[in-house]
Amino acid sequence: MSTMVKPKRFPLPSSIEVIAGTERTQAAYPYYMQFTQEDDERFWFYNSMHFPAPMCLFDTITAEAAYCALGAANTRVHCLPTTLGIDYRIINGRIYIGGNAVTDPAEIARRTKEFKRRAFYYYDNWERLSAQWKEKMMALIRDAQKLQKVEIPEFEPLEHVHAGRGVASNHYLLDTYQKTLEGYYRMWQYHFEFLLLGYGAYLTFFDFCKKAFPEISDQTVARMVAGMQAEIFRPDDELRRLAKRAVELGVDDKIRDGCSPNDIIKSLEQLGDPGKAWLKELAVSRDPWFNINVGDGFYHYHRSWNDDLSMPFAALPGYIANIKAGRRIERPIEKLMAERKQLIEDYSDLLNSDEERAAYDQMIGLTHRVFPYVEGHKFYCEHWYTNLFFNKIREFGALLSTYGFFPDTEDVFHLTHFELEAAIVDLMTSWSSGSPPRGPSRWPALVEERKAAIAAWTKHDTAPALGPVPEVIDDPAIVMLWGITRESLDAWLTAGDQPDSNEIKGFAASSGVAEGVARVVKSVDEIGRLRQGDILVCQVTNPTWAPIFQKIAAAVSDIGGSMSHAAIVAREFGLPAVVGTGRATQKIKEGQRIRVDGGRGVVTILE
Amino acid sequence: MRSSENVSWFADITLKHRSAVGGKGGSLGELTRAGIAVPPGFVVRTGGFERFLAALEVEEPIRPRVESLREGELEEITSLSERVRAQFESAALPQDLQSEIVEAHAALCGERLGLPLAVRSSATTEDAEDASFAGLQDTCLWVMGAQATVKYVRSCWASLYSVPSIAYRRKHRMREGGVAMAVVVQHMVDARTAGVMFTRSPLTGDRSVITIEAAWGLGSAVVSGEVTPDRFVIAKITGEISIRAISDKHVQHLPAADGGVDEVKTPEEMRRMPSLSDDEVAALRDIGRKIERHYGRPQDIEWAIDRDGRILLLQSRPETVWSAKDATPVARPAQNPHTHVMNIFGGRR
Repeated sequence: MSTMVKPKRFPLPSSIEVIAGTERTQAAYPYYMQFTQEDDERFWFYNSMHFPAPMCLFDTITAEAAYCALGAANTRVHCLPTTLGIDYRIINGRIYIGGNAVTDPAEIARRTKEFKRRAFYYYDNWERLSAQWKEKMMALIRDAQKLQKVEIPEFEPLEHVHAGRGVASNHYLLDTYQKTLEGYYRMWQYHFEFLLLGYGAYLTFFDFCKKAFPEISDQTVARMVAGMQAEIFRPDDELRRLAKRAVELGVDDKIRDGCSPNDIIKSLEQLGDPGKAWLKELAVSRDPWFNINVGDGFYHYHRSWNDDLSMPFAALPGYIANIKAGRRIERPIEKLMAERKQLIEDYSDLLNSDEERAAYDQMIGLTHRVFPYVEGHKFYCEHWYTNLFFNKIREFGALLSTYGFFPDTEDVFHLTHFELEAAIVDLMTSWSSGSPPRGPSRWPALVEERKAAIAAWTKHDTAPALGPVPEVIDDPAIVMLWGITRESLDAWLTAGDQPDSNEIKGFAASSGVAEGVARVVKSVDEIGRLRQGDILVCQVTNPTWAPIFQKIAAAVSDIGGSMSHAAIVAREFGLPAVVGTGRATQKIKEGQRIRVDGGRGVVTILE
Repeated sequence: MRSSENVSWFADITLKHRSAVGGKGGSLGELTRAGIAVPPGFVVRTGGFERFLAALEVEEPIRPRVESLREGELEEITSLSERVRAQFESAALPQDLQSEIVEAHAALCGERLGLPLAVRSSATTEDAEDASFAGLQDTCLWVMGAQATVKYVRSCWASLYSVPSIAYRRKHRMREGGVAMAVVVQHMVDARTAGVMFTRSPLTGDRSVITIEAAWGLGSAVVSGEVTPDRFVIAKITGEISIRAISDKHVQHLPAADGGVDEVKTPEEMRRMPSLSDDEVAALRDIGRKIERHYGRPQDIEWAIDRDGRILLLQSRPETVWSAKDATPVARPAQNPHTHVMNIFGGRR
């Protein structure tokens, strides 16, 4: 007997309906981000890795700037042979992306020739170019810090007049705004200058390992590659240092669980010299190392430690307790590096021939040269610079809200960057003409409507992919950055077939098995609820969360791969971790007992 | 315990003695000397077999008659097999050989003369690594007493002349002069769990993992395929256990009261219970790595865990299937190391 199996497929973009009541907000996204009929011909997937929640209109600038830069590097700068850039669309606040593969052999050959002249030059000169990169990046950060404060006086200051400046303050609103945007677009160009080449070298080694050792786990390869001293680890290192100083200065009893950062700072100020000495140390750590977001930095509400001290302060008591118990809390860098070296040698010994070993040495050698950039760039780009950027936009939000454009500073993020420019020009005009601005009668209602749209979209799941299923996924950018393969598409297509299963699968990020109570933590404000031995269940694994790993028994996340920093930190702490589950925060209920098997990448709900 | 003319104790054997003690005997001696726990025992060397064969050939030639047969002559092979096997099993054994085995048996058992033993064939052939040939010979488990031991030594010798065994040799046109049989006699492990271990993946040939198959009771149930074993995959270097596939182990082989082995139903509550703990998987990995290092190449190992939880090794032989495919390197060093990245960027994956 033969059965007709209906082929599974993803919905077409044109079949996705905008949720009722949100049509005007959907229409407010720039026209080039809207799906069209022709888009039905192509395959798209939801970029839940970088954009796990519906995007406010302003925040889509991150997608725009990032894909402009990524595509430029791939298509025009390094000329990747088999792929161009990434197209992006938005519907119901969700960002879908699609690759642009090059399939014509003649074109691949032409691009290969170019690629070798460009990419190989970068590999040859990696150290010099990445040192230069850091200088460029620091200059960009300094420029952003130097941007003028966003304000307009009632009368132009007398000194401007006497100096004959000849340009009034309203002009500088636009000037600062455009420079702010320019800096952000430029930062993303820098971000992608090396990134694909770095990932490519890593993936080359990864691919070799998977061929030579077909059953090797992803996390073992990751352990051979991961560096230990990237800037992204510094914020956590600084916390450990501050905990140590607090004990040395004898002020540690003031830094307790359950006290707000403000109360702690106040009580230290009243404590005299030792308290002030510690606060001085805190100031040293804060600039720049507390410029780290509690998320990936792609949303305006991923605030930094500097903007909200509750995350770093929540981690201090745990470190202090460990020091007082006589435990060493510094990361054992030398030991970790020695382990990495041993691991690489042990696997080399298992290879079949000296010829294979020589190729292996070449590949891991290149990977170790490029990886400090891959690990380090995030601190400067997604964290430090992004904080400066969103905070500058907040200054515009504050100014516009005092002029009645909308009630709250944060409301500014419900305008696109084009609309925000229009609002600024509106205010400039009003300031110059002496008439009231037009914005206050336009924006408050729209902001309300858009907030409601985001709330509505958040409640709805979205399809993981749209359009025809491709035969193969051979786009190195998609494979590298998103880890999407034909197998993962098949898994998406069959997902939901067993809705009652109490098992959730993800990437095996750090070995070990642990059982405990699940704490489903959806934002940084909730980390105070974590108790010793709990299992952290969160949406994004992020290096910022590293300090709380000392408290937990295991970690589970919706998003992330085996090279994510949280995976690295989990391995350092020896905690089981399963990342990239897609839906752990939806399936696991607060307080449930769960088992995390980090070696197999499986989370089991026990009750 | 001193070795004698036809009997060698494990501690006196290395792989170099393989032509006299066979592959299995040589491997057990080698493991003993490498400090790996093996059930104590001795080997009746091929010299013993040759003496008996010579005594039998006084009556009528055996080797030349085997050599005169051709591959397809199944009827002739069958009738010769029956005659020769009967001779090995029932003709009088030279007296001094008989007493040598009985004395070694007494030394092995000490005061417990009824101690259960395993009597296992250990053939020497041109290609001792050929597992498919090794599989054609007898192993007798749970043998008790000196008389039974001598009896099963003789049936191991006889198994060299089984129909499949002769057919195999004729097919490969092996010279009978190079074919002889040593016999291993050793303590029987009263196994709680037993099985096999490959120090590379039998599925992919991956040398970085160890695959273990295990089931309740004696290992014969696993080797013969009568039970689907639990399967564990553990990383050789890091010790991560990546697969724990627990099967329904419906039967197990257990020692029978009067010698030999019974196949019995596994109690319901044990059927789907893991037959190894994670600690035992880790301990087996350590032993597997030690043996592999000792031999310098991947191994195919039989092991057992006794009722006290001790792990004992029963056999180790070189892995042959994947070794033959190792010739092509996964990658070669490149003049310009950057060209490796074309594997990813060049679309040739």
